[in-house]
Parts: sequence; C-alpha cells; structure tokens
Amino acid sequence: MQKIYTIIARIGNPVTAFILHLSGILRLLLAALINLPYSFLRPQLIVKEIYYSGVKSILIIVVSGWFVGMVLGLQGYNTLQRFGSVSMLGSVVALTLLRELGPVLTAILYAARAGSGITAEIGLMKATEQLEAMSVMAVSPIKRVIVPKFIGGIIAVPLLAALFNTAGIWGGYFVGVVLFKLDHGAFWSQMQDSVSLHYDVINGIIKSSIFGITVTLIAVYQGFIAKPTAEGVSNATTRTVVSSALSVLALDFILTALMF
Amino acid sequence: MKRLTIDFLVGVFVLLAIICLGFLSINVATNSGFGNEAKQSYTLYANFNNIGSLKVAAPVKVSGFVVGRVVNISLDQHSYQAVVTMEINDKYKFTTDSSAQILTTGLLGEQYIALQSGADTEYLKNGDTITITSSAMVLENLIGKFMTNMSSK
Repeated sequence: MQKIYTIIARIGNPVTAFILHLSGILRLLLAALINLPYSFLRPQLIVKEIYYSGVKSILIIVVSGWFVGMVLGLQGYNTLQRFGSVSMLGSVVALTLLRELGPVLTAILYAARAGSGITAEIGLMKATEQLEAMSVMAVSPIKRVIVPKFIGGIIAVPLLAALFNTAGIWGGYFVGVVLFKLDHGAFWSQMQDSVSLHYDVINGIIKSSIFGITVTLIAVYQGFIAKPTAEGVSNATTRTVVSSALSVLALDFILTALMF
Repeated sequence: MKRLTIDFLVGVFVLLAIICLGFLSINVATNSGFGNEAKQSYTLYANFNNIGSLKVAAPVKVSGFVVGRVVNISLDQHSYQAVVTMEINDKYKFTTDSSAQILTTGLLGEQYIALQSGADTEYLKNGDTITITSSAMVLENLIGKFMTNMSSK
C-alpha cells in the first residue's frame, strides 16, 4: 500500500512542481506589469539593458542569420532544382525565415547569449545579498532590477529578429544569385509575390515579442529562485537556457497554429 | 563605459533594426494584407463551362495588368456552370461585349482571368455578367484531342 502511494506521489510531483513554477513566473509577470510605469522615470536603466542584451548580441545574431540563410539557399536550390523551379528560391528563403526560423532562432540565441547572463547576474546579486541591501534602502528590486530587464528584452528581441531575417535573406541572396547565378530580378519579385506584410512580417514581429517576454521572464525567475551558492547559480543558468528553448519551441507551435 | 557611448551604441542598434524592418516590409513583402485593393471596386460575374484550377484571390488581368481579384466561385444549379465573382477596381470600365478567358501563367503556373474589352459604347455596371467566356485549358483534354488527331492522320 505504501509502495503504491509513493509511486503515485512520484507521478504527481513533477506536475505540482510545474504548476508552482508557472504560478511563480505569472506572479513575476504581474509584478513587472504593475511596476511598468515607474521604469519610465529612469529610462537610462532600460537603455543599459538594451545595450547589454541587445547591442552585444548583434554580432552572433547577424552571423547566425547569414549562415542560416545560406544553408536555406543551398538546400532550397537542391530541392527546387528537381522541379525546375529554382526561381522560387527567394520566396522559400524569405518565408522560412520570416515565419519560423527568424523569431525562434533569435529567441534561442538570445536565451543563450543574454538570458543566461541575466540569470547569473540576479543569482549572484541574491548570493551576495545585494537584493536584501536594496530592500533595506527602500529601493524595490522589482522596479530597479526586474522591470528594466523585462522592457529591455521586449524591445531587443524583435529588433534582433529583424536583423536576423535581413541577414538571412541576404545570405540566401548570396548563395542563389552570387554563387548559383540565378536571375536577381526573379529572386526578388518571387519573394515579393509570396510574402505579405500583414501575414508574414507583422506576425513574425508579434511572435518574437512574445518570445522576448517569455525568455526574459524565465531568466529573471530562475535567477530569483537560484540557491545562493556558486553551484546554485550555475544550475540556474543551465535551467534558464533549457527551459527557455523548450518553452519557445512549444509556444511557437501554439502561435503558428493560431496565426497561420 | 561612458553613458554617452552606451546611448550612441543603443541608438545605432535601434536605427539598424528599423532599417532592417523597413527593408523587410518594403523590399521583401507586398502590402496586399491591409485590403488596399478593396477600396473602390465593383462586382462582375462570369459563367464558365470549366474553370480548371482557378482559385479565390486569383488575379483578373487586362493585357497582363492586374485590375481586380476573384472573390468567390460557386456553381449554378440549373446550367451546371461555374459562376466566378470578380471585384474590379472602379478606375477601370469594360464594355458590355467584353470577353473573359481563363489563362495560365507559364506552363504549370497559377490560373488567372484575362478580360478583353469589346467595341460597344455601353459599359458593364456593378452586378452585371460577362456573357462571352472561354474556359480553362485542361491539359488532359488537349492531349486527348492531339491523340485523336494523330490517329486519324
């Protein structure tokens, strides 16, 4: 009897843990939203966050985008060649990037490049009791630390996704037009024919804003619940990257089902 | 790092991203999603014996220039003809003896409706039907005809 009880409790444990984390993240979101207006009193904090998580990620985003676009160009060319419709290469590259790869890969790269940094920073602030010191000085850690990071993430991720998409389309252009000598007029006109501003470009931006919110929230939350030890902070950083990647991919499926 | 340098770099980042967004929305996408075409238009109908694989939202062209779109395709229960509803831009008028034809872009491309104006002095109004139509070219029928011609020779 005791054995059955333990087995069922073991099944239930991950579910309760998941609900607990979810409620924590949602409470964090609520706190950030309530304190949103205060952060505009000190815009310099937001600018600093955009600098550390956005500007410093430009290089990795642009280089990854360029290579992803080139790979799409190569694969698309090989496949389209069988049907004799290589002129469709432009629309294949642009649609794949704008709808899926741009927002998703940007969010995952952002989680790895900036999200892990956010978690480590907050985890260490907690370990060195800086957050308590702030509270003692009547400075709210939520207003001073979390909300600027939150807004910075929402602004930075869609902008990074736009850079990723542009770099990717030029990568596809490089492979298709420069290497395989396709007609550049057909490349662009086919692309313009099949990409629509509303369905593809704007939905892509909405997607990446949602991913930006998700990744930043997870990063801040993991920093907050990290054990205040060196090992705890390192575990929290790992968890940030893993759960950001998983939730971005799962959210992407839901958003795609709703949008397209 | 100095505060001004950070501000400058963030400004560069935001400007760069806005340029990219402009490139994506102007150079890569077409602005058809916002219903620019449905501003001022009137409806025309055309009956076809066979529409092939014509689809809703296919373009209506005159001399290759797009003047409207197909908005609906239905079946007339009495004549068993396909009724194609087209929205035509108000700027363009067509005579009552205009003809409609279903053509294909390229050999295997999408199908569209080509309108050809006649010599009449009266113009088609909202809700009128184009009577002179010719159906889509169906590849199987064409091959069938070709085969019978070959065997009779």
